[in-house]
Amino acid sequence: MDTIDKTPKTKLLKKGAEASLFLTEWHGRKAIIKVRIPKRYRPAELDQQIRSYRTVHEPQLMHEAKAAGVATPLIYMVNVAESTIIMQYIEGERVKEMLNKTQKSDLRDICFQIGESVASLHKYGLIHGDLTTSNMIQSPNGKIYFIDFGLGEKSSEIEAQGVDLHLLKRALQSTHFASWEECFKSVQCGYSSVRGVELAEKVYEKIREIERRGRYVEERKQ
Amino acid sequence: MVKVHQKSEGSYCLGIESTADDFGVGVATFDGEVLANKSDSYIPAEGGIHPREAARHHAEVADTVLQDALSKSGVKASELTCIAFSQGPGLGPSLRTGATVARALASYLEIPLVGVNHSVAHIEIGKLQTGAKDPVTLYASGGNTMVTAFESGRYRVFGETLDIALGNCLDVFAREAGLKHKKGLPLGAAIEQLALKSGRLISLPYVVKGMDLSLSGLVTAATTALQKGDCTLEDVCYSLQEHAFSMVTEVTERALAHTEKKEVLLTGGVAANKRLQAMLKVIAEEHDAKFSVVPLQYATDNGAMIAWTGTLAYRHGLVTPIDQSMVKLRWRVDKVDVPWIQ
Repeated sequence: MDTIDKTPKTKLLKKGAEASLFLTEWHGRKAIIKVRIPKRYRPAELDQQIRSYRTVHEPQLMHEAKAAGVATPLIYMVNVAESTIIMQYIEGERVKEMLNKTQKSDLRDICFQIGESVASLHKYGLIHGDLTTSNMIQSPNGKIYFIDFGLGEKSSEIEAQGVDLHLLKRALQSTHFASWEECFKSVQCGYSSVRGVELAEKVYEKIREIERRGRYVEERKQ
Repeated sequence: MVKVHQKSEGSYCLGIESTADDFGVGVATFDGEVLANKSDSYIPAEGGIHPREAARHHAEVADTVLQDALSKSGVKASELTCIAFSQGPGLGPSLRTGATVARALASYLEIPLVGVNHSVAHIEIGKLQTGAKDPVTLYASGGNTMVTAFESGRYRVFGETLDIALGNCLDVFAREAGLKHKKGLPLGAAIEQLALKSGRLISLPYVVKGMDLSLSGLVTAATTALQKGDCTLEDVCYSLQEHAFSMVTEVTERALAHTEKKEVLLTGGVAANKRLQAMLKVIAEEHDAKFSVVPLQYATDNGAMIAWTGTLAYRHGLVTPIDQSMVKLRWRVDKVDVPWIQ
């Protein structure tokens, strides 16, 4: 089995909350090594469980996402024992940074496209689990890649789909507070266009229900 | 809220807290000195908080707590600049009792009333007492579990529970396990003590969804595990804490990585838990951030935090006319402008 080459070619790109990303070369291709680092704050046993589970599931879901028609990086290698995944490096910019400097009409197009992709995942029975604009990369040709499926799952339940979209809405609210309403409206348009208005409405109704479950929510009935 | 002109020389604010089971009165100076912080808790004979019973308790003790706080502070009622009260979020009957006391005082003394958001107050007292300036805050109590950070004029919610609060999760399990709330030993503290006697991790659901988390399934699973009987109460308490705290810590770490702030603040009633403190300290260290935890007397609901936040709002011209002082049961933290932060 190939082992991970931590030669001088490997450079720390980003230290995220859950994993560190290293830039490397994989048989002549620019690649990312994603290492899920042990978390000292939780018991080793629980930590190992969580990291292995996510390391196994993430590549599977990314692979299936492609079948659903959603762009994701190619997986080159997985090492469960070390909680590492080597995958294709995607050139481009994170949607998080891009959205805040994009003009209104383009904003709508991008969000529409995001909505279409999320709908395609859901239609195929996939839940991303962490839909934030940090987990989407726009490549120079305009295509949006979805990354970070570590919290994803396979499910066709309206409940799971509702939570998935609710998370995206929350991410837009906290990170893009100036334009989130417009952004989310466009996401919904894109989503409805793929899933059909009737089914999409059921998911939106579920979002409202999920929001009402929250402890302090104005919409909740007294 | 409406804007008025301000004054601040030799000023004191009296704050009234009554969102749930605690009735508290605090007095703070405009410079951030807490002169008094008194409270009285409603302890249910059995089960959780009965809102009407809690309100009855608050009405009974209001007079005594108020007088205790004033005499402790050494400030005469006639010297007060304004009266602050927690306007929400919380339980209706409890909130209304505190609001009634606040309105009566403000009208009698003919001084302004300042409605304060309870969640904002927990963050502000944490910052005041620890010196934190711009932290990612985990506010965890019986009624709230959220990860917030200041961004463009408001405290934004980066992660929160999708169902029950962390303190509620521990309390419900404790009651299911037959533990009783005693004076000076809240149910959460009882669980913490039992957890220390075990190191055996049983498998429970670990539900993190993006930046949010879900705790209701965890309580059910923990209760079922206890009823099955192949593990001890101590084992379940330990496992419940490890799972629930790991989840909130993971979410806090995500917010920390996302916002790239350099401080982590733990506030709210569950902040008293040493195990939770230890977990957050680890992630703060890993991200080169400073970790602070609110002192115990300001962790649970208290009047001082309302008084202090009242001074901040008042100084920025935010007062609440009586006819706009109705309580807001579901007043989210991210709906409140905080003009005192630049």
